[in-house]
Amino acid sequence: MSDPVSALNGAEFHGLIDVADAGLTGMITLRGNLGAAKAKKAVKAVTGTAVPAVGEVLGSGETATAWMSPDELLLIVPYAEVAQRVAKAETALAGEHAMVVDVSDARAVLTVTGSDAREVMAKLCPVDLSPAAFGKGDFRRTRMAQIPAALWMTESDQFTVICFRSVADYAFALLKVAAQPGSAVGAF
Amino acid sequence: MLILTCPYCGVRADETELSPGGEAHLTRHGPGSSDDDFHGYLFTRENPRGVHFERWRHAYGCGKWFHAARDTMTLEVFGTYPAQTTEPPRDICDAITARHPGWNWRDFS
Ligand SMILES: [Zn+2]
Repeated sequence: MSDPVSALNGAEFHGLIDVADAGLTGMITLRGNLGAAKAKKAVKAVTGTAVPAVGEVLGSGETATAWMSPDELLLIVPYAEVAQRVAKAETALAGEHAMVVDVSDARAVLTVTGSDAREVMAKLCPVDLSPAAFGKGDFRRTRMAQIPAALWMTESDQFTVICFRSVADYAFALLKVAAQPGSAVGAF
Repeated sequence: MLILTCPYCGVRADETELSPGGEAHLTRHGPGSSDDDFHGYLFTRENPRGVHFERWRHAYGCGKWFHAARDTMTLEVFGTYPAQTTEPPRDICDAITARHPGWNWRDFS
C-alpha cells in the first residue's frame, strides 16, 4: 500500500496572510432527501450534528456538516475514519433513496489565516465577505477566479477553502498572488 | 452586471457564478409531434427588447436550475423562482405589471 498524500503535500505560503495545505481531510458527499428522518439519523451518526439549514455549516474543526445544495451535504470527518463513517451513514440510510460517497481524495483543502483573510478571499470570489454579511457558521459555494470553490470560516480570522484536487496548484497560486505582501486594500 | 438571487440558496449570485440556459417555459415537442411544433420547439424564440423569462443554473453554487424574469433592456430583475413550474408565479407577474402595464410574453401577461 502506498501512503495517501494531499494534493499540495504540505505547501505553505506566508505573505499578507498565511496560506497552507490543510492536509488529508475526510470528506463524504451525502445526497438524498435531507428532510427525511433517516438522513437526519445518518448525519447524526457520521458527524454528530443536525442537518444544517440553507447556507450553513455545523460542527467544528475535523468534524462538520455543510449545506451544499437542497439535496446535498458535505460531511467532514477525520481522514482515517472515512470508510467506517461511510458505512455508518449507509446503515442509517438503508431503504432510503440516497447516495453516500467518499470524495476525500477528489478534493484539496486549504486554510487562509490572518487579519486580512477576508480581504484576500474577497479579491478572488464574487461574494460579500464583510463581517456583517459573512461570519462563522456561514458556508458558501462560489467561484475563486476560474475554479469552483467552497469556503467557510473556521476561526474569526481563518477561512477553510475546498476545491477540486486537479486544480489545487492553481488555487494555491491564486491565493499566493492575492496575498502578496503590501497588497492590502483595507476594504473591511 | 447582472445579479440574480438563487431561489434555492438565497444567494445573490453574480452573473459569473451562473450559467445561462436560454428561454424559459418551452414546451418540448418530441417524437410523434408535428413538424411545425418540433420546428417551433427547436428554433422559435422570443428575443424581446424588454420583459423576458429565462432559465439560469447556479453553476458555481448549488448547481440547480431556476427561472428568472427580467428586462433585457434595463437589466431590471423582477424575480427568480424554482424551475419546477410551467408558469411564472403571480407575484412576479404583478411586479412586471407595476412597471410595464399591459405587458405580454408568449401566453403570459
Ligand atoms: Zn443556488
